[in-house]
Amino acid sequence: MKKLIVSPAPHLHGNESTKSLMRDVIIALVPSLLVSVYFFGFSAIKLALVGVATAVAVEYVIQRYIVKTKITVNDYSAALTGLLLSLNLPPNSPWWIMFIGSVVAIGIAKMTFGGVGQNLFNPALVGRVFLLVSFPVIMTDYSIPTSWFREGIDAGSGATALSIVKEGLAKGLTMDQIFTDNNFSYAEMLFSKIGGSVGEVSALALILGFVYLLIRKVIRPHIPVAIIGTVLVFSGIFWLINPAIHADPLFNVLTGGILIGSIFMATDYVTSPMSKKGMVIYGIGIGIITMLIRYWGAYPEGISFAILIMNATVPLLNMYFKPAKFGKEVKNG
Amino acid sequence: MSKTFKIGGIHPHDNKISVNAAIEDFPVMERAFISMSQHLGAPAEPVVVKGDKVKTGQLIAKSSGFISANVHSSVSGTVHSIEMMPDLAGNLAQHIVINVEGDEWMEGIDRSPEIMREIILSSQEIIDRIAQCGVVGLGGAAFPTHIKLSPPPGKKAEFLLVNGAECEPYLTSDYRIMVENSEEILIGVKLMMSALGVKKSYLGIEENKPKAIKRMKEIASKGYPEIKIVSLKKRYPQGGEKQLIDAIVGRQVPSMGLPIDVGVVVQNVGTALAVYEAVQKNKPLFEGVVTVTGKCMPEQRNFRMRVGTTFESMIFAVGGFPKGAEKLVSGGPMMGKAVSRIEAASVKSTSALLLLTEEETKRGEESNCIRCAKCVDACPMGLEPYLLNRLSRANRLEDLEENMVHDCIECGSCLYVCPADIPLLDTIRLSKGKVLKIIRSRPKK
Repeated sequence: MKKLIVSPAPHLHGNESTKSLMRDVIIALVPSLLVSVYFFGFSAIKLALVGVATAVAVEYVIQRYIVKTKITVNDYSAALTGLLLSLNLPPNSPWWIMFIGSVVAIGIAKMTFGGVGQNLFNPALVGRVFLLVSFPVIMTDYSIPTSWFREGIDAGSGATALSIVKEGLAKGLTMDQIFTDNNFSYAEMLFSKIGGSVGEVSALALILGFVYLLIRKVIRPHIPVAIIGTVLVFSGIFWLINPAIHADPLFNVLTGGILIGSIFMATDYVTSPMSKKGMVIYGIGIGIITMLIRYWGAYPEGISFAILIMNATVPLLNMYFKPAKFGKEVKNG
Repeated sequence: MSKTFKIGGIHPHDNKISVNAAIEDFPVMERAFISMSQHLGAPAEPVVVKGDKVKTGQLIAKSSGFISANVHSSVSGTVHSIEMMPDLAGNLAQHIVINVEGDEWMEGIDRSPEIMREIILSSQEIIDRIAQCGVVGLGGAAFPTHIKLSPPPGKKAEFLLVNGAECEPYLTSDYRIMVENSEEILIGVKLMMSALGVKKSYLGIEENKPKAIKRMKEIASKGYPEIKIVSLKKRYPQGGEKQLIDAIVGRQVPSMGLPIDVGVVVQNVGTALAVYEAVQKNKPLFEGVVTVTGKCMPEQRNFRMRVGTTFESMIFAVGGFPKGAEKLVSGGPMMGKAVSRIEAASVKSTSALLLLTEEETKRGEESNCIRCAKCVDACPMGLEPYLLNRLSRANRLEDLEENMVHDCIECGSCLYVCPADIPLLDTIRLSKGKVLKIIRSRPKK
């Protein structure tokens, strides 16, 4: 007699898996990675390779030899963390910085909590902030490495646009003077080298990745839109009050990791809220904290800290901001 | 503009591969196995005994209790036995087994193809006729239709909604009757409107069935102005009662409430056809259209089939068990039941027999929840399946009730989308049963 499979409905399953979702995020990072290789050459390749290899190896070793559990490195989540971290370092970073960052990201921020899905804080950001605090000189040196297949890039200023602005303002210069002195232009911010970490050379490449993630329905737009909107409004108000001492809103969005942070870091599934309401509040929180740090804090960028601080609020947001239930409000009933 | 419901929903591939197979009569089998529990509520009580001669359409079991339905013989012949047998899911139910001899129908059943348009009966007479003929809801739950058409005192229906959405993948039985029996369906709708005393009815069809929409609109415009044909977006579970009401009239049935609480009664197009046949043709519900389909099947068919036909005979009618078929589903792939024994027989509400290969029906190995919130986005009731799953596994019944586990309509959308292959609905279904039991055991206010 024929034996049939008997199991509860539904009898079909969608094609998405953790692996396919992580793979899509990696694909969305490819434009930024290519642009960074174009501008920084071997240095960008080196960082990405060390980052990915270390992240995967650390997860494997911990699962295989320390906790002796199922090995999950083939879900690409460790590789994604390594890649993201490499794109968040200054282009001239030495390889061992990348190595330490990946070990901290996977070993401490991810595996100690129980692996994929269990961590409270974004592993790549924990890695980045660990490096920023431990190696402040290297992590703020944004000079551009020499590239073996591309010569003649303007020598980098060694600092990011935001830190130039912050220092300039501290010296009593106006925004106009700072812009003219440094030849800032929005075309350059969109396409290239305004000074920043490896992955944020081109805003356009990041936006391309964002569009890909939206089309593939990997992420929803709520978090990035809330962050960028908040930054625009917050900096817009200050800019309108006194444009001489405040950078304009567009400058604030295009520099200092707002795009890479809001598109790729803040939308990390594990460490962001579940409901759309929660996502919007989380995004607004990140935007406000970022701007507070930029205007009154010690760091010129701030979004890494803002995301980590908001990560901590996610369980609370999940508890208090539930999705709209069906049938709560009866119309015409 | 096509309409749709507001919360959640998914878009599985519709796989309507049997869509062009016209309805054929399925040959009458040698032996019919007619269950006494083909409807929601108390089983029917047999009124025949072993050895009795019965005709096709003869009453063989009477409704017992308030929620119950009559059962009629789908064949003519001799009662072989009345015994407890496992149904398609393996649960024991009383069956009347009839050895078939010829196909002699009861006198009084109008078998002519002529369409009877004139409605002569009063509301109460229509409801009584529907009850006599054992009509039940053919959309899935098999709730006795005459009860749904008699709202409790104090509740008044304003609209009748007719479900032609057929949002489940693979199924085409409703589609075929909408194309082939369009006017009969509209007359059935009119009869139910008359029974309910409502002035306006909406018949919703998903836009992946343009032919059915066109045909129904054509006929409705010619003589049924009170029935509006509504085009719906293709989205699962649009055919869910609550979702359909939300989609068409924009009202949301409250938690633990019924459609009548928002002034609506919902019936399926198959039910409308059965009502037409019962009232205008005096034909009890003993046959219906069943889609026999599956990608692994050599042929895709839509059969008009007598109740009590075994799944085995359906499979053999289309060439035997196909290679690689590992799962037999009665109904659609999202909410249908896996059949444990092919000797089990069809019931009034059987809509399809679907064969799936192991590859098609495979669930991946469960991994950690990555909190992607895809289940939250998919849930058409606005629940949080990831949370309900966690609470279910910890058996935290109070928290489950607080998070409205009892609102779950078991559509399976959460499990379908979960990238980590967590058996969300499996665990939620179990705890939903427990919580409902607790809620129902509380003294009523």
